[in-house]
Amino acid sequence: MEEEVEAGAVKKFMYVNRKQPYGTVYALEVLEMVLISAAFDQDVHLVFTDDGVLQLKKNMATDGIGMKNFSKTYRALEGYDIEKLYVDQESLDERGLTEDDLLVDVQVISRAEMADLMDQMDVVLTA
Amino acid sequence: MKFAILVNEGPFNHQASDSAYQFVKAALAKGHQIFRVFFYYDGVYNASKLSEPPTDDRNVVANWGKLAEEHKLDLVVCVAAALRRGIKDENLAQGFRISGLGQLIEAGIQADRLVTFGD
Amino acid sequence: MSLLHTVSKSPFERTNLQSCLKLAKAGSSILLYEDAVIGAMQGTAVADLVAAAAKSCKLHVLGPDLAARGLDAGKVIPGIAVVGYADFVDLAEQASAVQAWC
Repeated sequence: MEEEVEAGAVKKFMYVNRKQPYGTVYALEVLEMVLISAAFDQDVHLVFTDDGVLQLKKNMATDGIGMKNFSKTYRALEGYDIEKLYVDQESLDERGLTEDDLLVDVQVISRAEMADLMDQMDVVLTA
Repeated sequence: MKFAILVNEGPFNHQASDSAYQFVKAALAKGHQIFRVFFYYDGVYNASKLSEPPTDDRNVVANWGKLAEEHKLDLVVCVAAALRRGIKDENLAQGFRISGLGQLIEAGIQADRLVTFGD
Repeated sequence: MSLLHTVSKSPFERTNLQSCLKLAKAGSSILLYEDAVIGAMQGTAVADLVAAAAKSCKLHVLGPDLAARGLDAGKVIPGIAVVGYADFVDLAEQASAVQAWC
């Protein structure tokens, strides 16, 4: 485990999003991390679980709260070759949402599948 | 082993920075290397030299600076998060430097483990 | 090697512990520290949930955080190991990666 990681090494990064947008800054600042890691050509996985599924909700209109609607950025991720987006079915169910409520294509998986996926990661960043 | 540390909360409101500090001290005592300590979100407030806690309390900002000096730690504050919150070179505490988020991703790649404190 | 999951928030304030227990695979390690240490005590409203998790995962609680809160390390749920910061470092070293539920 002590050997040097070669330049150009690719690790499995997972960003675990557990919070709603707007109520706290985490969703926005996680996106900033995700975009930077794309520049490092890492194997990036985005997971949306618990309240994090609300980050992908369609039809956000933020004018009334005076904050920037950054949900378009999730649609732009594909352009950065970030295409591994996962949502767990249980978190959708708990919040009365379905896949049709989401503004980007995601893989809807079970919590057990999400646990398996998380277990394979090298670096996990959660907010 | 090489550890990278991510601190995501400011000092005092949350214990995260204190826990990270204790973890780093314990890791150094065991002979591990700390590749970098990265401060993100409100964690950037750990680098404010304007922080002046009462003298009978621990000084979180100064403690990080001292530890960095003793062990040549690389304490990096995220520039985007810092500018949002008013942390700049003018009020940056000793021992810290301001740099980009790429420094966190690089730490994740280079270190054997990334350990996160606070959310 | 499997993950080390860390939890720092109280299960009576946030659902981080509950989310962690839903996603922690059998055989992985879990460390409760900071305000999460209350979740390691016997006789709480989450004790049954935590005791069940201690059967499939390796549960640990940070002793300095118990002591700071006046919580008796002798009264943690059987099967949960009371550890120090040096052990926290060892747990991170022995894990494949560290997942902080905060």
